[in-house]
Amino acid sequence: MTVETKLALTEQDVRSYSAKMNEADWMADFRADALVRAGQLPMPKPDKTKIDKWNFTEFPAHTVESTVYASLDELSEEARALVDKEQQNSIYVQHNNTPAYLFLSEELKAKGVIMTDIFTASREHSDLVKKYFMTDGVKVDEHKLTALHAALMNGGVFVYVPKNVVVEEPIQVLFLHDDEQASLFNHVLIVAEANSSVTYVENYLSTVEEAKGLANIVAEVFTGDNAQITYGAVDVLAKGFTTYVNRRGVTGRDSRIDWALGLMNDGDTISENITHLVGNGSHCDMKTVVVGRGKQRQNFTTEIVHWGTDTEGFILKHGVVKEESTCIFNGIGRIAKGATRANAVQESRVLMLSERARGDANPILLIDEDDVTAGHAASVGRVDPMQLFYLMSRGIKQQEAERLVIHGFLAPVVSKLPIEGVKKQLTEVIERKVR
Amino acid sequence: MATLEIKDLYVEIEGKKILKGVDLTINTNEIHAIMGPNGTGKSTLAQAIMGHPKYVVTSGTITLDGEDVLEMAVDERARAGIFLGMQYPSEITGVTNADFLRSAINAKREEGDEISLMKFIRELDSKMEFLEMDEDMATRYLNEGFSGGEKKRNEILQLTMLKPKFAVLDEIDSGLDIDALKVVSKGINDMRGEEFGCLIITHYQRLLDYITPDKVHVMMQGKVVKSGGAELAHKLEEQGYDWIKEELGIEDETVELEV
Repeated sequence: MTVETKLALTEQDVRSYSAKMNEADWMADFRADALVRAGQLPMPKPDKTKIDKWNFTEFPAHTVESTVYASLDELSEEARALVDKEQQNSIYVQHNNTPAYLFLSEELKAKGVIMTDIFTASREHSDLVKKYFMTDGVKVDEHKLTALHAALMNGGVFVYVPKNVVVEEPIQVLFLHDDEQASLFNHVLIVAEANSSVTYVENYLSTVEEAKGLANIVAEVFTGDNAQITYGAVDVLAKGFTTYVNRRGVTGRDSRIDWALGLMNDGDTISENITHLVGNGSHCDMKTVVVGRGKQRQNFTTEIVHWGTDTEGFILKHGVVKEESTCIFNGIGRIAKGATRANAVQESRVLMLSERARGDANPILLIDEDDVTAGHAASVGRVDPMQLFYLMSRGIKQQEAERLVIHGFLAPVVSKLPIEGVKKQLTEVIERKVR
Repeated sequence: MATLEIKDLYVEIEGKKILKGVDLTINTNEIHAIMGPNGTGKSTLAQAIMGHPKYVVTSGTITLDGEDVLEMAVDERARAGIFLGMQYPSEITGVTNADFLRSAINAKREEGDEISLMKFIRELDSKMEFLEMDEDMATRYLNEGFSGGEKKRNEILQLTMLKPKFAVLDEIDSGLDIDALKVVSKGINDMRGEEFGCLIITHYQRLLDYITPDKVHVMMQGKVVKSGGAELAHKLEEQGYDWIKEELGIEDETVELEV
């Protein structure tokens, strides 16, 4: 089905935005081409969630101007809490759509590590960005929302780690949202060349009461042979946002991509997290925690595709659903023909805290090869009364007992986040959301 | 001295009558043992004292120093000084043993009067050493992946840390090897004193070789049918239960199967 969608921006608009942001010339053409496709391509069809009535195309403003920060001390208290006070790690801060602060240690610069906003990257590292930007990871023409993302991208970051470079301290990115008119079309591109390793942690922090904009976010993550990327994220986008977030990984031989995602949005969300295990012997570990509340509708697709031989994929998702919210968990392990000795394992657990909450865990295994191992476990249930009885029999009040059980339920993912401040923030957000 | 008093207690589970008039009085500084074959209502009594939601008290009373225990929620019973060492302790992922214990200790204290972290750690360390537990048991998730023996030891650790007035220990000895049994007994004996009373539920005389009970009771058909001193346990060990059944004219000692 093809639906012509009238879009808020014209070709001229995206070209002049590209020029204003001083992007590489090819990027302007890329955007213009994507805009045409966005008008023609169909919407994605997330399994078990109908989104044809959701608004993914209309928004109050393509970009808003926000202040930059001379130092991290100018951040709001909430944002400041996310940053390690003991030592300054390499960090990029984006304020709504404005690249607002960047610090990359001299040591990393000297080793050839790149971290910069996506616009500057397209200009200064044009060849690298062109090679990876929406080519082998997320493709422009997958559906309307990927094309729209490419056309309207208004923020994001590029991280590049050269061959044999091990980045010891986590690299941190803060996407701060405090303007209710702002929309976020952020693109994150991470490339770790052969034998390198990096830990990347991003936070979406939205402090408005009710957002009026859209979020259409794409992250693409590439490992070279024997490289490692650990990707941690905590999304806290305010109520009002309709969010499409697509995080994708592609692995080289014997490499590894590990995800730890805390998806704590308060608006309707479609989240897709897919890793293509292309290189033989590569490995992916995907951990996700989710809390749904109010009337939120959310759909989380987590997929690992095994192309290479001896690849291993582990999916672990834990979700808490309360009030009248709906959470759909689609977990997919796909093993292509030829991916011998692949191992695809997944586990999805949903805990429902109210009668009207709806949780759905759909484990799917698609296997085109004989010599493989695969397994899945899924459950949807309520807080175990025996656990509560046990805790209460030691004097712990019911409310506190429930809190302990819920935190414990989410802990396997929370504990994997690599930055203490971020872990603490996620714990606090969970606390706030489940109370 | 504190007193836990059970009078004419009737308990049902899912409509099945299990306890049919239990009378039992336990004072601090006393250790009581309840023995009896399977299916006679022993575990039901333990669960009813703690307030397990599936066990419905249809008549009778339980009081602690005159206070109505049956009116209290499970956590209130615990804070009043009742402890149940469970036969099958729950496993709780993501909550470490130490965090759980600290929450439980603080639940009994007023806000602002929480136990200091240092004091807590010191006490935990010394109790764990006393009970010959591996250090990593403090940071492991509560009972998760614990062996049967580790779980029972962990129940005793909680007992010694929480220091209740009355403990009901439901088959704390089942599935234990002799070394673990000695450790568990050591923990219970250590609690013995003016401030502590205990009700031990067991099938086996074996545990009572290490913990000498002040009183021994036999349950059949959902009530206490015989009481005596420590010598009663020895007689049961030697002669079994048939002589009691004969004496009382009981053919089938069980109530409906315990859940």
